[in-house]
Amino acid sequence: MTGWPLWEVFVRARRGLAHVHAGSLHAPDAEMALRNARDLYTRRGEGVSIWVVRSADLTASSPDEHDTFFDPAADKVYRHPTFYDVPEGVEHL
Amino acid sequence: MDGDPRDPEAAAFAELVSAGPVEPRDAMPDAYRALLVRQIAQHAHSEIIGMQPEGQWISRAPSLRRKAILMAKVQDEAGHGLYLYAAAETLGVDRSELVDALHEGRQKYSSIFNYPTLTWADMGAIGWLVDGAAITNQVPLCRCSYGPYARAMVRICKEESFHQRQGFEILHTLMHGTPAQRAMAQDAVDRFWWPALMMFGPPDAESAHTAQSMAWGVKRFTNDELRQRFVDMTVPQADALGLTLPDPELRWNAERGHYDHGPIDVDELREVVAGRGPCNAERMAHKRGAHEAGAWVREAAAAYDAKHGAARAEAVVG
Ligand SMILES: [Fe+2]
Ligand SMILES: [Fe+2]
Repeated sequence: MTGWPLWEVFVRARRGLAHVHAGSLHAPDAEMALRNARDLYTRRGEGVSIWVVRSADLTASSPDEHDTFFDPAADKVYRHPTFYDVPEGVEHL
Repeated sequence: MDGDPRDPEAAAFAELVSAGPVEPRDAMPDAYRALLVRQIAQHAHSEIIGMQPEGQWISRAPSLRRKAILMAKVQDEAGHGLYLYAAAETLGVDRSELVDALHEGRQKYSSIFNYPTLTWADMGAIGWLVDGAAITNQVPLCRCSYGPYARAMVRICKEESFHQRQGFEILHTLMHGTPAQRAMAQDAVDRFWWPALMMFGPPDAESAHTAQSMAWGVKRFTNDELRQRFVDMTVPQADALGLTLPDPELRWNAERGHYDHGPIDVDELREVVAGRGPCNAERMAHKRGAHEAGAWVREAAAAYDAKHGAARAEAVVG
């Protein structure tokens, strides 16, 4: 039908918020992808800004390596404030 | 088959299904993938074909307000189709394959869209009953086991509620109009009630896919459970409208706490699904024709990209 590439769409709902993945769509080029994204994902004022990026340009971590890939963070509890004992009566720490 | 607890892969998948949504790159049984592709594609096709019965009335809407509303609704259905094609594509199929399968009759769409829309009141009956039945089917899918499908359904369900209300409002207005307008509303409901009940599929005893689909967390309620839920919600609304639902067996059953209703015409459902409904040929001819008529737009967009894409690439290199 079309050889149009797939694009991933990210929408910023309001100023002050990050762009969030909304979905994907097909379009021949970036401009058309933006227009299609507006019609498809912001028909009810859901966004004030849209990013589109070719799906082929995304690199994702693999779910198979989930455990090993994220393992380095698992045993570093001292990165969390709750790890530390604070003497009673000490405030604003 | 895939539910065999001695099979470690099946056991791992069963665990994944119960732990939370399955995502595109997770390992999944081929049969699960095939079931989802079939269901999501059929759902997407239904949204797209579903634009036709209402689209025919956009130019004949009785006021600018009604016309703007109907256009917005039909445009939403196009959007629903696109969300769903995108969800199907995460399973490794290409949208063009699915569209080809529809055009060649290898994949189906909901039987409801093979009924004609004869009067303006049909816009009311469709919004109220057809979108109402669709919502009843779709709300549980927001929690189905496949993440991209569930997320598409959340977006769709948010948009559907206005569809049902605008249909109810059309009928409410007609029911407060002239005797001829009230008769037109009743006639539309007489024609759409049973086809709407058929949207839930055959009775559970005859439903081929229900058990496996429920085991995999795609379907969460049976056809008959959802049909009952829809009847229970709709009867009081019909009373509020002053419309009669065309089922002599319809009555409140205090013991069950549900409305009893007559059986759907399984033969009619089978005929329409098999392609022999009142409008099957017309819907497919229109769909194929629209696709062919749009070829020049796709070609122009590709030509534009070829020209300007090449120029942009040169500018970057230069
Ligand atoms: Fe829809
Ligand atoms: Fe709808």
